[in-house]
This record gives sequence, structure tokens and C-alpha cells, in this order.
Amino acid sequence: MSKRVLLIEDEPNIIEAISFILSRAGWDVVTHSNGHDAIEAVQNRQPDVVILDVMLPGRSGYEILTDLRAQDETASLPVLMLTARGQTKDREMAERVGASLFMTKPFSNGEVLDAVNQLVGA
Amino acid sequence: MGSLNTIVGVSLVYVAFLFAVAFAAERAAKKGRGNWLNWPVVYTLSLSIYCTAWTFYGAVGYAARSGLEYLTIYIGPSLVLFGWWWGLRRMVRIGRTQRITSIADMISSRYGKSNFLAIAVTLLAVIGTTPYIALQLQSVTTSFAVFAGTGSDQVDLTATALWVAAGLAIFTILFGTRTLDSNERHYGVVMAIAVEAIVKLFALLAVGVFVVWGIADGPADILTRIESSEISTWQIKGGRWAGLIFLSAAALLCLPRMFQVMVVENENEDHLRTASWAFPAYLMIMSLFVVPIAVVGLDLLPAGSNPDLFVLTIPLATGNESLAMLSFLGGFSSATSMVIVASLALATMVSNHVVMPIWLSATGAGGASVSGDVRSVVIQSRRLSIAAVLVLGYLYYRLSGGGSALASIGLISFAGVAQFLPCLLGGIFWRGANRNGAIAGLAVGFILWAYCLLLPSFGTGTFLSAEVMENGLFGLAWLRPQALFGISGLDPLIHAVLWSISLNTFAFFVVSICGIPSPIERLQGAQFVNVFEHSSRAPTWTDGTAKSEDLMVMAQRILGAREAQRVFEREANRQGIPGLLPEPDADFLQVLERELAGSVGAATAHAMIGQIVGGASVSVQDLMAVANETAQIMEYSSQLEVKSDELSRTARQLGRANEKLLQVSDQKDEFLSQISHELRTPMTSIRAFSEILRDNDRLSNREKRKYSGIINTEAVRLTRLLDDLLDLSVLENGQITLDQGRASLREVIEASLDAALNHTEVKLKVIRSRRDEEIMLDTDLDRLSQVFINLIRNAQKYCDADQPELQIHTYESDGVVTVDFIDNGTPIPDGAQEIIFHKFSRVNPQKAGGAGLGLAICREVMHRLGGEVSYLPGQGSTAFRVTLPQQLKIAAQ
Repeated sequence: MSKRVLLIEDEPNIIEAISFILSRAGWDVVTHSNGHDAIEAVQNRQPDVVILDVMLPGRSGYEILTDLRAQDETASLPVLMLTARGQTKDREMAERVGASLFMTKPFSNGEVLDAVNQLVGA
Repeated sequence: MGSLNTIVGVSLVYVAFLFAVAFAAERAAKKGRGNWLNWPVVYTLSLSIYCTAWTFYGAVGYAARSGLEYLTIYIGPSLVLFGWWWGLRRMVRIGRTQRITSIADMISSRYGKSNFLAIAVTLLAVIGTTPYIALQLQSVTTSFAVFAGTGSDQVDLTATALWVAAGLAIFTILFGTRTLDSNERHYGVVMAIAVEAIVKLFALLAVGVFVVWGIADGPADILTRIESSEISTWQIKGGRWAGLIFLSAAALLCLPRMFQVMVVENENEDHLRTASWAFPAYLMIMSLFVVPIAVVGLDLLPAGSNPDLFVLTIPLATGNESLAMLSFLGGFSSATSMVIVASLALATMVSNHVVMPIWLSATGAGGASVSGDVRSVVIQSRRLSIAAVLVLGYLYYRLSGGGSALASIGLISFAGVAQFLPCLLGGIFWRGANRNGAIAGLAVGFILWAYCLLLPSFGTGTFLSAEVMENGLFGLAWLRPQALFGISGLDPLIHAVLWSISLNTFAFFVVSICGIPSPIERLQGAQFVNVFEHSSRAPTWTDGTAKSEDLMVMAQRILGAREAQRVFEREANRQGIPGLLPEPDADFLQVLERELAGSVGAATAHAMIGQIVGGASVSVQDLMAVANETAQIMEYSSQLEVKSDELSRTARQLGRANEKLLQVSDQKDEFLSQISHELRTPMTSIRAFSEILRDNDRLSNREKRKYSGIINTEAVRLTRLLDDLLDLSVLENGQITLDQGRASLREVIEASLDAALNHTEVKLKVIRSRRDEEIMLDTDLDRLSQVFINLIRNAQKYCDADQPELQIHTYESDGVVTVDFIDNGTPIPDGAQEIIFHKFSRVNPQKAGGAGLGLAICREVMHRLGGEVSYLPGQGSTAFRVTLPQQLKIAAQ
């Protein structure tokens, strides 16, 4: 049974790209494109890994991750954070709220695949 | 009557001798040959005016009545001179540095040069001293009467008193007002009283020796006589002794005549060192034979003889005429020296503090019409004052009838002037003392003194009725003059001294503490209390030239050096004197006053010159010090104010700058972060899909086309972003060149609609009125069109209505063109209406095609065109308003 990844991202083209890459590698890819109900999406979809964009409409990725870490079921859920802002303070912020991995856009397809594999394999 | 003629003759010869002494001293001093005048012994002997006729005659009477109590009158001053030498030195130093002319001057000078205080002290001193002068006149006339054997002939006596008073007035006027010297030194007078001091000492000793070895059989016999007399039964009353010692000590400091010889006439501070042992020694010798004379007198003379005259009557009774003559001269010397110095001191006070201020204000009003020599006015007023003081003394003598015992008047007078003590000492040692405190203390002290001591001394019924004495003022028992506050049983003198001095001191302290001293009081207070720091060396007394110099210093301060020197040189030339320092004569002073009046006003100029020339109650240095201090304080405080204003202004500016920098820094961070995001997002898609195309050979053609399309779209998006950024940067930096053209608004709108809506799938219904749009514009048409295109595209992109439509309303008013773009979509919420014009802001990111720079660019463009683009609220839908001048003024960019 294939592992499920939940992609929370608002940019349609990036959703398409990541979905293509991970599906090809055998992942079950589900997507969600806003911040408002991202927590419910995680609870409903029960993913093995979450890919979380920082800049989301409604709520920021940091807020969402903070809430996830505060809940028992999702406290240790592997989360890969993506951001288009490449500054050090963004990385620090991600580490502080509990991101398992952090990746700056643009990334190579191989990197994303390696990252999610690493997160579930570990 | 033969002996009376003899005594008159001897008196006249003696007076002539005194004149000669005084004259010689004056001449020697003038020629600078008077070194011997400056001997400390002369100073010490001049202090002996403390021993007046009251002491010469009265001490024996005192001893006959009250035993050794007379010693208290000697103990007090001895204690002060011997034990309080340093305090006296302070007084003398202050007197010399401040050019003090009298005790009234001292007190007023300390308390802010208060003329009110000076007048008050002067009047009180006159009231306190007049009875004492009367006492001296009485003693002289009584001694005449004793010689004449006509003790009860009142007509003769009053005539004698008048002649004596007149003679003393002439002597004092001659030697006390010969010169008007600002330092108030009178060599002739001092020398004469020093000689008189020797005469009286010698006379009393002679009588004493005669009594002990001539009448009695030596000291042993005298001792046995004392043992057997009633004097030995007399006992010391501790309270009264302490009170009398205090009183006589206070009198030494406060009596105007003592102040005159001790402080004003002091030539050298070091003389005090000698006087501190020599004067007590003098007093001791004076008191040596008092008891023997009293005892022998009581033995020898018939009961009921006046013991106050034993010194005279014992030699007379034993037929020793020449000794009696010597004794008479001793008493005469005591009386005259006291009267001369006292009237001189009082006259200085009256003249400086009462007559001159009145004269100055009376004539000062006339301004330039003032004529005559100020100095001669001062001298005349001195002479008149001397005469007036002696007339007062004579009148007092006549009115009091010469009846009461000598000693009691002396003590009442002491108690009166002792009221100066609290404010005098307080002024020297306590900087917190102020004018109101001094006035309050003096007022309280003198009222109590007058009520408890002076008025009752005239006898019950004269001023205070028996009713008041018995039951108190207004029938209030606690106001009984000799039992204040219900404390009765005290000796009346001690009672009065206790209450007056203690309440005086209390009032002085309390009022001083409650009040705030004026600047000049603070300045004077500092100079008095810290006199030894302020004057490392006692300055020498100045002469007439120095007075001109003082005027010069002052004039330079006020007129400026060059102008002052010009005036002084001109005046010196007029007087025929080479150099810059003219004699301070009336004409020169008048000229100078007029010059000064131009700068400081007439009244001030008058006062300043009057103060320098007219006896110096305020010295130039004082005026300068006050002026300097005031100026410095004002300058300093205004500088401080300016500085602190400047500082707080700078601080505010720095604060604002810092805030702005922080804002700018934050904005820069945010901007970079936004650019990064806007660039990375399309690049992410481009990279991802280009890798997919590269790494996956088995993609369908449809997939290939789709992914290539995405790459293309994102590349276009990137390009547009870069274009927008560059455009915005150029606009923000004001580097664009506007390309002015002329067209109707209709043409611009149609071109914009065409550019914005061509090749789009969504059909936006546009509602407009071509007729309204016929407004001619003279502006950069392409830039305006750029704004319109942006607004139309926004409407097309973001309008969420089912049937999207856009109304374009236009009108022109006063050369200002307004264009409204109103669609039928959901209005932008209040909070976001301004934010949408910020860079990288987007209301709905999901639909965003651009980077959120569109409206920011529009706003910049409209600013360049001299207009504005803003959100138009209250339309029930999304609406924007563009305003711009019909005619672009290049200069306005």
C-alpha cells in the first residue's frame, strides 16, 4: 500500500508539478490549496507526510504547523516546509515551529522526492 | 562761686587742650606723619568710651547700693573682647570690606541694603541713645553744681546743660565733619577720646589712691571697713548677674558709639588682638577702687548723700580741691567723649539713611536742575544731625528733670540697643537670615522693650497709667508690663530683657525661615557670612582718587570703556587735571549722571552716583557684583534653556529619524522578501516542469504541450514582474520623462479598453457616455492609458459578479478631470482599501496574474501626472477614482 502525501500549496502550477513527480514515484498525492481549513484536511486525509507551503491564503504555514504540533495525533507527523522566501529568518521560523524539513523554492524534483522518502523512511 | 569760676576756667582750658590734640592729630594724619595714630593702644583707649560718666560716677553709686553687681557692667565687655575675639574680627572685616559706616548701615547692608531697615535701626538707635546723652549732660551739670555748691539751683543747671551741649556739638561738628571721607575715619576725634580715656583712668585712680592711703590706712584698713559696711552683706543674685553680663556684652556690640570706634574707626584688624587683653585690663583698673571709694564715702559723708557723686564729694569734703578738680575732669572726659562719639555715630546714621535719601528723592525729581555739591549737602546734613541729636539729648534731660538714678537709665539704654543683637549676629553667621526676619525681630524686641522697660521708667502715670501697670493693657492680666504672660516676681529689668530678646530672636528666626531672601540679600549674606573667604586681605581704605576710580569702573561697565574714558578725560581737561581721573566735584558728577541716565535711567544713575559719593552705604563692588551676578545668572539660565530646547528638539528629530530608518529598513526587508517570493514562485514551476520534460521520455504530446505552456506562461509572468519592478523603480525615483500630448479623454479611454480587453475570454460589459468624455487633455497620454488599462484589467480579473460590468463616469470641474471606474463586484473591505495600493499586495492571490504591483504603479504614475488614484468607497461595489489636471504643468512634477 502506497504512502500518502498531503500537499498544501496555493500555486496551481506548483501543485501540478509536485503531484506529477510524487505520483510517478508511487505516492498517493492529495492536495489542498488554502490555509483556512488545512488542519481539517490533515485530520481527514490522514497523510504519512505533509508538504506545507508558508504563503497560503487565509493562514500562514507557520500557524498551521504550530497547531499541528500542539495536537497529539499530529505532533510527530513529518512535515516538509516549502517557502519562496529564502531568508535565514524564514528557516529559523520554520525550525522553531517544528518543521521536520525545510526547502526553499525553486527546488529540483529529485530533492523533493528524496525529502519525502527520507521523512517516511526514518 | 569762686570755685565754680575756677572749674569753668579749668573746663575751658581742658576743652582747648582737647581741641589742640584733635587738631594736631588731624594735621599729622593729613601729612602722613601720624604713625602713632595707628598704635593699637590708641584703638584700645578709644574703646574706653564704653566707660561713660555713668561708669565714672555711677559705678561707685552702684556699688554703694548693690555691692559688687556693678562688676557685671565690666565683665560682659571683657568676656566679649577676650573670649569672642574672632567674632569681633569678623565684624571688623565685614565692616571694612563692605565699607560699613554705622551699625544701621551694617544691618541694612546685610539685609539687601534695605533702606527701610536702615531707617528703622537709626530711629531705634536714636531712641535708645538719647536718654544716655541726656544722662551725660546731667552728670556734667550735676558735677558743676557740686562744685558750685548750688545743687538745687535748677535754672543755673539747665543753662549749664545747654552750654555743655552746645560746646559738645561744636567740637563734634568741627572734628567729626571736617572732611567727608567715605571711610568715616576721624583721627582727631579718636585721638581726643584716647586722651580723655587716660584722663578719666588717671582721675579715678588718683581718687582711689587718695581714699585708700590718704583717708584710710592702706588696703588692710579698707578691707576691714568693707567687712563692716553693708556692702559686704550684699549677695549675688544669679539671674540678675547673668542678665546684666549678657546685657553689657550685647551693648558692647550694639551700641552705635561702640560700633563706631570698634568697627568703623578701626585702622587695622590686628589692633583687636591687643584690645582683647588691654581693654579688659583697662576696665579692671577702672573698677579697682570702686568699692573702696564707695565704702569710705558711706563712712565719711553724711547719710543721704548721693553715692553717685562720691568720686567728687569725697575730695571736696576732705578739702582736697585739686584732686576734686582732677576727678571732675575725669567725669567730664567720660561724659564728653561718649557724647561726641555717640552723636557722631548717630549723625552718620541719620544723615546717610534719613536725610540723604530724602534729599536725593526730593531733588532727584528735578533731574538736570540738581545743583550744588552733593558732598557739601552730606556735610551739612551731618552737622545738622549732630546738632539735632544733642538738642534731643538736651530736651530729654529737661523733660526727664534729671531726677532718676543714673544707672537705671544706662541699663534701659543698653537693653534697647541690645535688640539689634539677634539680627546683627544672625546676619553675620547665618545665611538664611533675611530682611523680613530682621524687621520682625526688631519690631517685636523694641515694642516689648518700650512697653516693659522704657515707658514704665518714666514713672507710673507718665505714659503708662497705674491701671495698666497693675492690671495690664486693656485690662488683660497677661499684658502687665512687668509680668508678661503671667510670669511675675522677676526683676523688672531682667523680665524685660528676657522677654524682649527671646521673642525678638524667635520672631527673627521664624520669619527668616518662612521667607525667601532676595538675590541681593543672598549675595550680601554670602559676603557677610563668608567674609574671610571673600577677602583674603583686608582692603585699605580708599581716598578721593579711588572714588573717581570707582566712578570710572562703574561708568565703563555702563557706558562702555571708550565712551566712559572720553567723558572722564573731557571732564579732567575741564578741571585742568591731566589724565583720566577728574575730581568728583558737583559739575562732573552731574555730567556723569546725565551720561549714565541715558543707559540705565535717571533714578538708577542718581542712586548709583549717590551711593558712591554720598557716604557709600553701598559700594561700587557691591553694585558690580550684583549686576554681574544677575547678568550671569540670567545669561546662564537662558543658555541652559536654549540648550535644553535644542537638545530636546534634536532628540525628537533623532527619534523620528530612527523610527523612519527602522521603518525603511523593515520596508526594505519586506520588499526584498516579497521580490524573492514573486521571483521564486514562477521559477519553481519553470524548473519543475523543465526537469519533468527533461527526465521523462514517455510523456504524451498533450502533456508536453501543457507543461511547455506552463513554462511559457511563468516565463512571461517573470518578465512582466521585472518590467513592473523597473517601471516602479523609475517612477519612484522620479527619473521618467513625461511625454506630453493632446487628445480627448474619450480617445484615451477607448484605446485603453481596446488594449485591456482584446483577446480575453471573459466578456466585461462596459457602460460609458461618450459625450461626457469629450474633454480635451494635455498630459502624458500613454502613462494615463497605462493606469486606465490596469484598472480595467483589474475589474475584468477580480469582478466576481455573474454578469460583470464596468461603468466609467467622467466629468471635469475647475480644470480637474475625474474618471470613476465602478464595477459590480464585491466591494473591497475597509481595511484593505488602502493596502491594495501597496507593493505586492493582492486581495485575491489565487486569481493573481501579476505580482501585486499594478495599483502601486498606477498611484506613482498619477502622482507624476499631478493627480491621484484612490479607492472610491460607498458604491456597493468595487470602484476606483482617478483625478488629474486637465493641463499638466511640467513644473508641478
